Amino acid sequence: MTAGAELGVRLRDGDLTAAPAVLNLVERRDAHDEVAALLREVSPAAIGAEARAHVIGITGPPGAGKSTLLGELVRAWRGDRRSVAVLAVDPSSRRSGGALLGDRARIPFDPADDAVFVRSTAAAGRLGGLAPATRAAAHALAAAFDVVVVETVGVGQSETEVAEVADSVAVIVQPGSGDVLQFLKAGIMEIPDVLVVTKADLGDVAMRARRDLHAALRALGDSDVEVVAVSSVRPVSGIDDLVAALDAHRERLDLAERRLASRRASALADFAAEHGERGLRALGGRRAAQRALTEADPGADVPALVARLEGLAG
Amino acid sequence: MEHRLPEPDRPWMMRTYAGHSTAKKSNELYRSNLAKGQTGLSVAFDLPTQTGYDPDDELARGEVGKVGVPIAHKGDMHALFDGIPLAEMNTSMTINATAAWLLALYIVVAEENGLDPAALQGTTQNDIIKEFLARGTYAFPPGPSMRLIADMVAYTVERVPRWNPINICSYHLQEAGATPVQEIAYAMSNAIAVLDAVRERVPQELMGTVFGRISFFVNAGVRFVEEHAKLRAMAVLWEEVGRERYGVRDDKHLRFRYGVQVNSLGLTESQPENNVQRIVLEALAVTLGRDARARAIQLPAWNEALGLPRPWDQQWSLRIQQVLAYETDLLEYPDLFEGSKVMDGLVAELLEGARAEMAIVEEHGGAVRAVDYMKAALVDSHRERLRRIESGEHVIVGVNRYTESEPSPLLQGADGGILTVDPEVEAQQQEAVVLWRAERDQVAVDAALAQLREVAAGDGNIMEATLAAAGACATTGEWAGALREAFGEFRAPTGVGEAAAAPADSEALEALREEVDHVSDALGRRLKILVGKPGLDGHSNGAEQIAVRARDIGMDVVYEGIRLTPSQIAASALQEGVHVVGLSILSGSHRELIPAVMEALRERGVDVPVVVGGIIPDADVEPLRAAGVAAVYTPKDFDLTRIMRDVVALVAERQRAGASA
Repeated sequence: MTAGAELGVRLRDGDLTAAPAVLNLVERRDAHDEVAALLREVSPAAIGAEARAHVIGITGPPGAGKSTLLGELVRAWRGDRRSVAVLAVDPSSRRSGGALLGDRARIPFDPADDAVFVRSTAAAGRLGGLAPATRAAAHALAAAFDVVVVETVGVGQSETEVAEVADSVAVIVQPGSGDVLQFLKAGIMEIPDVLVVTKADLGDVAMRARRDLHAALRALGDSDVEVVAVSSVRPVSGIDDLVAALDAHRERLDLAERRLASRRASALADFAAEHGERGLRALGGRRAAQRALTEADPGADVPALVARLEGLAG
Repeated sequence: MEHRLPEPDRPWMMRTYAGHSTAKKSNELYRSNLAKGQTGLSVAFDLPTQTGYDPDDELARGEVGKVGVPIAHKGDMHALFDGIPLAEMNTSMTINATAAWLLALYIVVAEENGLDPAALQGTTQNDIIKEFLARGTYAFPPGPSMRLIADMVAYTVERVPRWNPINICSYHLQEAGATPVQEIAYAMSNAIAVLDAVRERVPQELMGTVFGRISFFVNAGVRFVEEHAKLRAMAVLWEEVGRERYGVRDDKHLRFRYGVQVNSLGLTESQPENNVQRIVLEALAVTLGRDARARAIQLPAWNEALGLPRPWDQQWSLRIQQVLAYETDLLEYPDLFEGSKVMDGLVAELLEGARAEMAIVEEHGGAVRAVDYMKAALVDSHRERLRRIESGEHVIVGVNRYTESEPSPLLQGADGGILTVDPEVEAQQQEAVVLWRAERDQVAVDAALAQLREVAAGDGNIMEATLAAAGACATTGEWAGALREAFGEFRAPTGVGEAAAAPADSEALEALREEVDHVSDALGRRLKILVGKPGLDGHSNGAEQIAVRARDIGMDVVYEGIRLTPSQIAASALQEGVHVVGLSILSGSHRELIPAVMEALRERGVDVPVVVGGIIPDADVEPLRAAGVAAVYTPKDFDLTRIMRDVVALVAERQRAGASA
């Protein structure tokens, strides 16, 4: 058995200690076949069901308090004995090729606890998109962990990309941040599954922001979206509500459908990352590529879907 | 104009920053310093005491009694001042996050010796914003920290009226790389944040008195003319702030009062005897002009960049002060710079720059909210300073010029020219605190701590409950633990994420960048480094500069800030999949902590090269290498590019070995 396949089997068996090696593998640019072998072992076909994890995207503008909130969420999930993997996509754009990754500092973790895994990665490109490695890691770790979080920064694009891998997307905003409202109203921003207003300790400001958001959501005609106010400052509040809101969204979800869409979107993004616009043109454009993916076997894993696109592109 | 004073001025207060090992040992040191003519005391606490941990806490490992004296309870405080008349003493305590607690212990000791606290004189440093910015010994989040300070000010102004409850520190800002303009502006902004917080907690009519109790703790570098101008500029701004922002009228309250410890950042490890003349010149910066002369001075020792100073080293520094005050004619004249075109010009220049910078901080919503901004600005300034040293634009004699040297006889002794704390001290203190807890009235302690928690969760003044806990024999760790429960823990911004990219692209950097790309290709993913600070040491400037430089040459850098346990560092290294680990320690705890990190890495099967930087005496280098450390860097290794080249080479070597295996 190849090393990639072996890691896949370990994940499938629930071995959380495989996580660091899994990330070391999927981040390699010279290990396509190994990564494909790994993902094959954690595909629904191999598991016999969709991967167990609740894959959650957490995104929002810089300074909204995402990392601190994530720290509290991890604490709450661990309190429920759920294992958690966090893929923190750091906003610091690569300068001179390098990146400073400081996010894990905000996530309290007990070094003796293997059930919390935190990995920081640099954002791909200037706009803070997801690197192919992050998508692969989310798919893989979902086989072993109870919760997989993909944390990104930004408004307008990042939640779209996060939605490609996540079962539930929470957008975090801070009170008085009119941008988010404007983006929602203008349709620039996809509607999240859960909206979180942080810094609820700021009292009036936070409550006003919350009312604004409700108004915006009503205007959009979507009453399903839960809005939760939280405070990560002592006394911490609202975290349990947020956990419940996320769980409720997962309950409502048609998981198989969402995961299928996620695999297709990931395949398209991976293909575009590898072959660029020229590759997409060879397929007859993005829409044609999406059509080709819908025609593929619903049980196919991401590398198989990418291979199919590559075959079609010739 | 009269060019002589009718009678010479009285000298400033002379102190030496001192304390180590145990309260008893430090007490002996204080008594001998006072016998040598020192006129005040300056207490150095160890890092566990500064950050609120008892000697037997896991985080205290390797740090007990190292950079100062451990004070775990009122018994230790009694021992520290045994035989020293507190009513006559002027005691400065370098204590911040836990200042309310240490002041309470001091008050309780005075009371138990039959003294009225109103007689106590001294200073608690208590400037928390600069801890977030530069020094790292914070314990609680910014909001509750500011409340503790405001509570102390409100309490002392009425009950311990001769006490300076806070010393706004520009000292550490300079150590973190601040330019004179930044040093002035950020110190003033910090003071404003404190005064704004206190204004909420005292009656308006007391604000003048409060303003008059705020003192400063400044730094002076070797550019002593400009440094003197800086102090004159601070005096002008301080009066301005008092009049305009707080409506203070009394001239006595408006006076800019400061103590000083001159620059440590500029003290060198190579040719360390040169530090003596640096210290002398820096002492001139804070004494030359009468209009901006220091109230209290403590001078560092010549060997600070090597390790802890011995009593003899500290005596030498005290004697510098005494020669300046008693042998020279310095104190016989009015202000030397009155009407000086140069001095007035420099002051005007600094004032203009500082006002502009203060306006930026104000725009950020004041100093507390501007911590991220100020921190990033300091990291940038420090990087610029290092770049100038590397390029030779900034001359440091014996470091980047005139480096030829005869061997220094100062370093020839068996002790290597420094003081080494007996490693047994930690175990003794651990046993002592366990014994202390066993012998006290636990019911009384529990009640006092419960009361403390209740006050902390509410809005009342923290001092009464703190005094009660101190009197009831609670420990430093218990007091801080109760407040951590109420306030939550906090990690300050590292400043490195926001630091700008390297401005000037030198050829050496470009070549390194290519090498990093090359090694990354061979590794299959980008070269990744973990920069870690084990232990309680908060001096993160070196680690931050390494982190920023590593990013600038194309590495992925994981940096989590200060105060990590060895197992946290090892777990991060494993989870992050790094190719190399860099550790930084300046507190002298490397002998315990570095091997502990190595062991924790081994336990987790992380087999990557580890390099170490810090104040590491020559004698300790071999043992560290024997523990598996690949390279050790000390303050004389100022060339960051060279250090990074070594690091990249270490990873490349390991990669090649792995590939051929």
